Amino acid sequence: MSTTADALNLKEHGAHDAHHDADHKPSFFVRWFMSTNHKDIGTLYLIFAIVAGVIGGAISGIMRWELMEPGIQVLNHAWPIGAGGGATFDEALHHWNVLITAHGLIMIFFMVMPAMIGGFGNWFVPLMIGAPDMAFPRMNNISFWLLIPSFLLLLGSTMVPGGSGLGAGTGWTIYAPLSTSGSTGPAVDMAIFAMHLAGASSILGAVNFITTIFNMRAPGMTLHKMPLFVWSVLITAFLLLLSLPVLAGAITMLLTDRNFGTTFFDASGGGNVVLYQHLFWFFGHPEVYILILPGFGMVSQIVATFSRKPVFGYLGMAYAMVAIGVVGFVVWAHHMFTTGMNVNEKMYFTAATMIIAVPTGVKIFSWIATMWGGSLTFETPMLWAIGFIFLFTVGGVTGVVLANGGVDNYMHDTYYVVAHFHYVLSLGAVFAIFGGFYYWFPKMSGKMYNEALGKLHFFLMFIGVNVVFFPQHFLGLDGMPRRIPDYTPAFAYWNKISTIGYMITVAGVAVFFVNLIWSLAAGKKAPNNPWGEGATTLEWTLTSPPPFHQYSTLPRID
Amino acid sequence: MRLIGWAIALAAAGLTPAAAQTPAASPATTSASAAAPAPAAAAPGTTAAQPAIEYGSVGHALPNPKVGMPQPDSEGIQPQVTVLGEEALHFHNIWLMPLITLISIFVLALLAWTMFRYRRGANPTPSRNSHNTLIEVIWTLVPVLILVSIAIPSIRLLRHQYTPPPADVTVKVTGHQWYWTYEYPDYGVSFDSNILKEQGDPTLKPGDRFRTDKDGPPLLAADERMVLPAGKVVKFIITADDVIHSFAVPAFWTKLDANPGQLNETWVKVDANKTGVYYGQCSELCGARHGYMPINVEVVTPAQFQQWIASKGGKLPGAKPATGPDSTAASPTSAAATPAAAQPQAPQPGDANALKPAATNQAATAQN
Repeated sequence: MSTTADALNLKEHGAHDAHHDADHKPSFFVRWFMSTNHKDIGTLYLIFAIVAGVIGGAISGIMRWELMEPGIQVLNHAWPIGAGGGATFDEALHHWNVLITAHGLIMIFFMVMPAMIGGFGNWFVPLMIGAPDMAFPRMNNISFWLLIPSFLLLLGSTMVPGGSGLGAGTGWTIYAPLSTSGSTGPAVDMAIFAMHLAGASSILGAVNFITTIFNMRAPGMTLHKMPLFVWSVLITAFLLLLSLPVLAGAITMLLTDRNFGTTFFDASGGGNVVLYQHLFWFFGHPEVYILILPGFGMVSQIVATFSRKPVFGYLGMAYAMVAIGVVGFVVWAHHMFTTGMNVNEKMYFTAATMIIAVPTGVKIFSWIATMWGGSLTFETPMLWAIGFIFLFTVGGVTGVVLANGGVDNYMHDTYYVVAHFHYVLSLGAVFAIFGGFYYWFPKMSGKMYNEALGKLHFFLMFIGVNVVFFPQHFLGLDGMPRRIPDYTPAFAYWNKISTIGYMITVAGVAVFFVNLIWSLAAGKKAPNNPWGEGATTLEWTLTSPPPFHQYSTLPRID
Repeated sequence: MRLIGWAIALAAAGLTPAAAQTPAASPATTSASAAAPAPAAAAPGTTAAQPAIEYGSVGHALPNPKVGMPQPDSEGIQPQVTVLGEEALHFHNIWLMPLITLISIFVLALLAWTMFRYRRGANPTPSRNSHNTLIEVIWTLVPVLILVSIAIPSIRLLRHQYTPPPADVTVKVTGHQWYWTYEYPDYGVSFDSNILKEQGDPTLKPGDRFRTDKDGPPLLAADERMVLPAGKVVKFIITADDVIHSFAVPAFWTKLDANPGQLNETWVKVDANKTGVYYGQCSELCGARHGYMPINVEVVTPAQFQQWIASKGGKLPGAKPATGPDSTAASPTSAAATPAAAQPQAPQPGDANALKPAATNQAATAQN
């Protein structure tokens, strides 16, 4: 088995390694269940993310179905499906809270993070820096396999009592005291354990990426020559390493408040309910950059490739991400503008939050400048990247509105916020993931995807998600609160439009799966570099798919 | 860094007390209808079942479907009826909204032009240009300037929000799963406010009151409304006794969490001519019926407010007689319309202080 020791000694033992069969693959079970190969683990992560994405997306379908019209139509067929009909009103409403909780946690922890960091990060960080594998291949394996019980715990939590119904109905933020004294039964405990495991998985992954990137770059690849995707994963790994322990602490305090009589978040014992929110958002705000930074990296690679130009302002792009990461740690309380802060806190968090717009603006303009003067072609990955740039801008400017503490009083916890964060995540991070998927699909699978289906997927989804989320700005400005299962008839019009948008989006995703299956089964064989002279990073020098072990002789970068 | 400097400077400015705006206390007046029957006798009548509601009376005013509630054809913010709400709405509509629209269109136009001009067919040979220090400095500095232009009015708005004038009325709001309690500590009035169920709701007991359009829209109408005097400074003290709720009235630009074990404080002053009914909803996830705990605020003239307090069995400070304060002012409507003019007629300290409880602690407000 090729392990860390082989990898680290490759330079000296290159000749020895070379006569290994580079494409010798272990048996199926050993290969996929005991894997130490970064590409296989990356593939596992991607499959996991797709499965979780389908579940999370189906949940949002149930939510949009319920919200299509005023009244409670769907929720009274309460979870678990089939136990319906007999549900009381409160059980049906609790079901709603379970859905919003599960949707948020699944999409963040089990879809976007595994896809971007575990999937593309595992696959392409070693390839791009010229490393044979990750620094700690076995730790890489346990990072992935911790996610499975984590996800099962979260899914299982929906089948055990959680207060007024089955499942954890606390929202993904798990605010105390709704999550402590407000939710009896084991559901919230299971959800908390799920977060512990997912957090441990991500911390181990972060350690692995940091070590890999700092120690295993090919000769000549200085930090300032690393592709921007590697930069983005490096910064993301630091954010994970610094923020997840705080989440772990906060949810452990929830556990002890729930089970062992502590009162960290209970005023009757000298605790403070807002303390939980500070701890949570000290993790939670870096978390949203964790979700988007690898997307920034992928979009940079894609835009440069299809512009056939190097990235404009490389150093500015890299350090803009560093700045976003650093400033991202000191703006958390803008999620808490209505918790009752004093005026100085609110002024500080208003000003600090707006500062983030500057490095973000640098990135947007640098992408456009990369395209400027280029020789653009519009293959599917490029469409996703351009869509990302525009939609992320829209999500970003509404973020500037929300940054104003005095204005946020109105929009806070309304659909305006829902629209804002879905523009940056559902239309930002997810567009980046699809862009990355199409960009690297030929490399990962050795097959070309179908360009027509890819474009159809893009246009359907571009229209669909905009129809879903743009009207939600209107709903928010009109005063519709988040996280309500039913609404007054004045909100009916835009909610209906939003649900129609969901249907278009589902059609787009269906095209994606058709494309995926068709391409894997019957796609044309992919050349080493399908994208031409613009694709300059190291992964395109390898075969498609790359050999099971690559870089037996390390590449040398001038 | 520059913005933080602004924040600190403006925060310091915020500490300077604004000229205390003391609204002229209107003479306490009571209409004949409310003053004549003993309040104790009137109270049970108002809380009885459906037929007893006298729509149009104080506490049951008919809502204006165009104001104070979500609008079916709306793409924008609800009309604002407080000074702070108007300032914030102005800031959003005149500055933030056009700015973000322009920026989005600018980026879209740049992208579209670039995609057109530099497509492979039009530009087969890409440039190798990857640096231009001047343009990079520009696209760093211009956004900084734009942000400063946002930060200045934004910080000013915050300063105004945190500079409350002396309160005329204090209302303690307590969130519960899943209803609100409104308490007027200075008048000894306290009551719960529950959602009004729809007619035909299976959980409705015979004889229970159900929602009608005179109460308000579905899911927004409550059985009891918080009643506030127009043109007066109202201090809200907000808390909860189980989980976190959030007290929100969009038309006031007000949203503040109700945290168990903490008192949060904010204030509103509804424009004197903006009487009406204003609807809001709990805005922090608080369990199963989070979507079913509406907030109803009815803003009335100060005279009607007095009448309402009396009808709730409340004590008006300074008004010794248990039957409620008396007044020499002519009619409640004229007194309400011209409170300042009426004031000389009613110089008794008791009357003038009727809406000004003595023990309001302003120092606590800014630090909430």
